[in-house]
Amino acid sequence: MTDTLISVKNVVKHYTRGKQRVEVLHNLSLEIPKGDFVALMGPSGSGKTTLLNLIGGLDQPTSGEITIGGKRIDGMNSGQLANWRASNVGFVFQFYNLLPVLTAERNVELPLLLTKMGGSERLKRANVALEIVGLKDRARHKPKELSGGQEQRVAIARALVSDPELLVCDEPTGDLDRKTADEILTLLQRLNREYGKTIVMVTHDPKAAEYAKRTVHLDKGTLQAQAA
Amino acid sequence: MKYFNLIWSSLWRKKTRAWLTLLSLICAFLLFGLLQALSVFFSAGADFVGASRLVVQSRVSFTESLPIRMLPEIEAMPGVKAVSHDQWFGGVWGENEQLFVFANDPERLRITYPEWKMSDAEWAAFKNTRTGVIAGRKAAEARGWKVGQKLPIKSNIFPKKDGSMAWEFDLVGIFDGIDESWQAQTLGLYINREYFAEANQFGSGFAGVFNVVLDDPQQANAVAQAIDAKFLNSPNETKTQSEKDFNKGFFAQIGDIGLIVSLILVAVFFTILILTGNTMAQAVRERIPELAVLKTLGFSNGTVTALVLIEALVLCAIGAIVGMLLASFAITGLAENVPQFFGSVRTNATVWFQAFLAMIGLALAVGLPPALKAGRVKIVDALAGR
Repeated sequence: MTDTLISVKNVVKHYTRGKQRVEVLHNLSLEIPKGDFVALMGPSGSGKTTLLNLIGGLDQPTSGEITIGGKRIDGMNSGQLANWRASNVGFVFQFYNLLPVLTAERNVELPLLLTKMGGSERLKRANVALEIVGLKDRARHKPKELSGGQEQRVAIARALVSDPELLVCDEPTGDLDRKTADEILTLLQRLNREYGKTIVMVTHDPKAAEYAKRTVHLDKGTLQAQAA
Repeated sequence: MKYFNLIWSSLWRKKTRAWLTLLSLICAFLLFGLLQALSVFFSAGADFVGASRLVVQSRVSFTESLPIRMLPEIEAMPGVKAVSHDQWFGGVWGENEQLFVFANDPERLRITYPEWKMSDAEWAAFKNTRTGVIAGRKAAEARGWKVGQKLPIKSNIFPKKDGSMAWEFDLVGIFDGIDESWQAQTLGLYINREYFAEANQFGSGFAGVFNVVLDDPQQANAVAQAIDAKFLNSPNETKTQSEKDFNKGFFAQIGDIGLIVSLILVAVFFTILILTGNTMAQAVRERIPELAVLKTLGFSNGTVTALVLIEALVLCAIGAIVGMLLASFAITGLAENVPQFFGSVRTNATVWFQAFLAMIGLALAVGLPPALKAGRVKIVDALAGR
């Protein structure tokens, strides 16, 4: 039996917008084993990003349980969640979300600032992460000096640098052309296969989903079919 | 220190805006340093320590002349070695160049101001020439005056008996100071009081202020009190103080300098507060998605709040240090060039400490609201652009 890394049980999530209560996820349950690469697909408003945010500890469910790596995160306060995220999850966004004032190397170093690591060790690790994504020679470049694909590689290096078990990716290729998107997806696939990272990726793109080991479909806040 | 690179880079995110904000802070603290140094100087209490000479003026104001008949009475008091008098003449050179001209008795001047160095021949010429004038070396050099030439000087206070404000004097001597400090003060002129008293329209009975040389500087306070007590309840009540305090009073005539300085500083800091506060708030608003990214990576609310607050602190600290250093240089220059008035004005430890408090206060006022806002950023909303 495969070890479960992510366990989502009977999760409900609703938002209040003005006087209106919007229920986004309805009693959703999902299990993702360690080392899996899951693509979350579904139409806009289906709750993909909301589920990803809950798995990544960026938001809290209205009710239900979320357990990651054996640890319940649904009851954590914001400080505990911040600490948990720092050492357990790497994030990759559609628009890269690099800090424009920092070089690639310094952007990758950011998660390590929260550790007790010394300055030279932090930069060494940042450069190793950049080497994994093939951008060591661009370490001193600022985001505006990089292409979209290179920026996303820097973002992946930042997600990797603290060696988390889980990577959550929200439309990581949504802003890239096909060729660059394939390169990024190949990189994610490599991270999953060679480095054993568990990856949960939200995407609209069926071609992107093909790089995942399996695809989970959401519609109107409920789980549909799971395709291998 | 590990966050320094992040804070420093964020500070210079928009270079032009950062420079302009920094320049406004530097200007604010430059003004703070200059004005606060003057305020501390003017707010200090009476200081008789080391005073070997006192100045006796009218209790009402030093612009109110004291009668010359008081001179022998003061001279006869215990502890008094010598007395001279200075009548402000209000001299104007050329079109509208203000001169420091005083009417004095040559012999008494020489005795009471041994710091002025001039040849015996020149002192004698000053004594024997009714229309004689002696000029300080700096005053003479600045205008190319030579001994022997006539100096047409207008008075903006005293008309001659014929009603004319135009006076003419013979330059009979150029005096220097005995040391560097006094040499720097050779900006004034002395005219012969005898001629002035005879020729001016208002008469000869007034003396301006009295300069009192003491037998013992340790007795300065006691002698000052004795002089003031002697003329208490007379038509000419006096205020006796050290030369340093008298020079302060020269400027204090324009009002309560401490209050004026405080009001200017409040206005300056309020303006800077609004400008810098608005800039900081705008800078944080622009960076909300970036702050959300930091939080996503695991930075806590407190860390993000602290980062923004430290950013404001660093900016204010740079502005304060540079501004205060410029103020110190300016004050030193002022003290060296106008030592008779500003010789003891300093941006001392008190002023630096006040600047430190002002800097902390300003940093908190401009940094805390955006820092708290940054700490409250909700990751999910900020990343979604809500």
